[in-house]
Amino acid sequence: MSKFAQNKRLLFDVSLIRSQFPILKTSLGKYPLIYFDNGATSQKPECVITAITDYYTKDNANIHRGVHHLSQIATEKYEQAREIIRKFLGARYAHEIIFTSGTTAGINLVANSFGKLLQPGDEILITQMEHHSNIVPWQMVAEEKGLILRYIPIDKNGELVLENINDLINTKTKLVALTHVSNALGTINPVEKIIELAHKQGAKVLVDAAQSLQHFQVDVQKMDCDFLVFSGHKIFGPTGSGILFGKEELLNSMPPFMGGGDMIKTVTMEKTVYNDLPHKFEAGTPNIEGGICLGAAVEWFASLDLKSLAKHENELLQYATNRIQEIEGVEIYGKAKNKSSILSFLIKGTHPYDIGTLLNQQGIAVRTGHHCTQPIMDFFEIPGTIRASFCFYNTKEEIDFFIEALKRAVKMLKE
Amino acid sequence: MSIAEKEQEIIEDFSVYSDWMEKYEYIIELGKDLPVINEEYKVEENIIKGCQSTVWLYAEKLNGNVIFTADADAIITKGLIALLVSVLSNETPDEILNAELKFIKEIGLQEHLSPTRSNGLVAMVKQMKLYALALKMKG
Repeated sequence: MSKFAQNKRLLFDVSLIRSQFPILKTSLGKYPLIYFDNGATSQKPECVITAITDYYTKDNANIHRGVHHLSQIATEKYEQAREIIRKFLGARYAHEIIFTSGTTAGINLVANSFGKLLQPGDEILITQMEHHSNIVPWQMVAEEKGLILRYIPIDKNGELVLENINDLINTKTKLVALTHVSNALGTINPVEKIIELAHKQGAKVLVDAAQSLQHFQVDVQKMDCDFLVFSGHKIFGPTGSGILFGKEELLNSMPPFMGGGDMIKTVTMEKTVYNDLPHKFEAGTPNIEGGICLGAAVEWFASLDLKSLAKHENELLQYATNRIQEIEGVEIYGKAKNKSSILSFLIKGTHPYDIGTLLNQQGIAVRTGHHCTQPIMDFFEIPGTIRASFCFYNTKEEIDFFIEALKRAVKMLKE
Repeated sequence: MSIAEKEQEIIEDFSVYSDWMEKYEYIIELGKDLPVINEEYKVEENIIKGCQSTVWLYAEKLNGNVIFTADADAIITKGLIALLVSVLSNETPDEILNAELKFIKEIGLQEHLSPTRSNGLVAMVKQMKLYALALKMKG
């Protein structure tokens, strides 16, 4: 029986879930913390915090190198984490799991390495709702290699417009890179459908899962994506940890991105023979603690009943979406039918910065601004939004307080 | 009134308010008294960089003193820049450059002080001092 076996029973007692997150017991002045910035980063459960302390207290050593006891322990735990993540993603092999420093690093790795295999005139397809980290690396490689970067547009609801998809994905398309869930709008994209279309044209697909894995189960084999990237810190793990999943065959065909220790078999002054997967893509001493503790986070998360979590998050979203209508002049951005627990909005006659500041005064953490998605803001012709992003440890009572706080802020600003 | 005296006055004004709401209501009120920048100066080059809301700031020299005018699209930001303008405007470049502006911390606005905070007072203060320096050089 897994050490978290009791967690399945804990659900859906939100208070028991909350009790595992020390930070949720803190206050800002007289107000208890209400953390609605989960899209930016998630809070950490006790077991992850303990794993971080345990690593430095008991296991700290460099990995894949020493014959000594500690190095072997650290190596073993690091590789166990890789296996936990393989199982969580449903990948075929552990060596398809590459440790990175986060989503951005994973995308840059693919852009640089896979990008080397591309020829001038080849096309890369992204979408209009990508985070800057899934736009800029492609612009860089496109410029360097003479590639053509195209995008799938969005509509007023914040959904992808797939009308011209058969033109956008064509025989020249070599890679489609798209987000699973929009960080600014909450839209859940039909990635399976796009993967199928891309594969018919011989194109590979990279899925940015930074905003999806912490909300619902993803199986990379069923999804059939070629690459999938995510950040550890958004899925209850430490910052500076992350994963690139890639299909074995593809990763083997790609040149290394960074050179250095651990990624080599032999080095002479004339030539280097690269190491096998996954080490080929893991040059230098990695974030060992980050990797091990991401394993701890994923193990904990996978022990929960993910379906009931998703149901609770969806209820929170629906509840907040309904209640926010009580405020005059509210406009929601992101009205997709299939939506994750992200509520992006503006209130007519107020600036998001003012609202964010006044909510902060009442203990509420939201994100304001363009959310690193300026093309989305340009599409809606707005400078930014206020974004409340919910996690399963949030409650309806917190949303009630948030709505009252919002009303108070609007009243202050409009008087 | 010297910069230090103006600062003292602000500290006394703020000491009346214990509640954050009153404090912010006062900041919002201050914004209404801001000497507003002339429309012709509301251009890209007068925008203070690195802010989440847009702040325009302009300065000119009159009788040896620097006169600031500004505007912002967010109300609280407008109040914050108004607060700074009320302290630093109509002072000599040297006085502006030497101002320590201790009042910011004393009135409990240190949360706006972090240099990385997207609408930090730091960027505003820096820009005002840059103007003072430029106008000093100009003679």
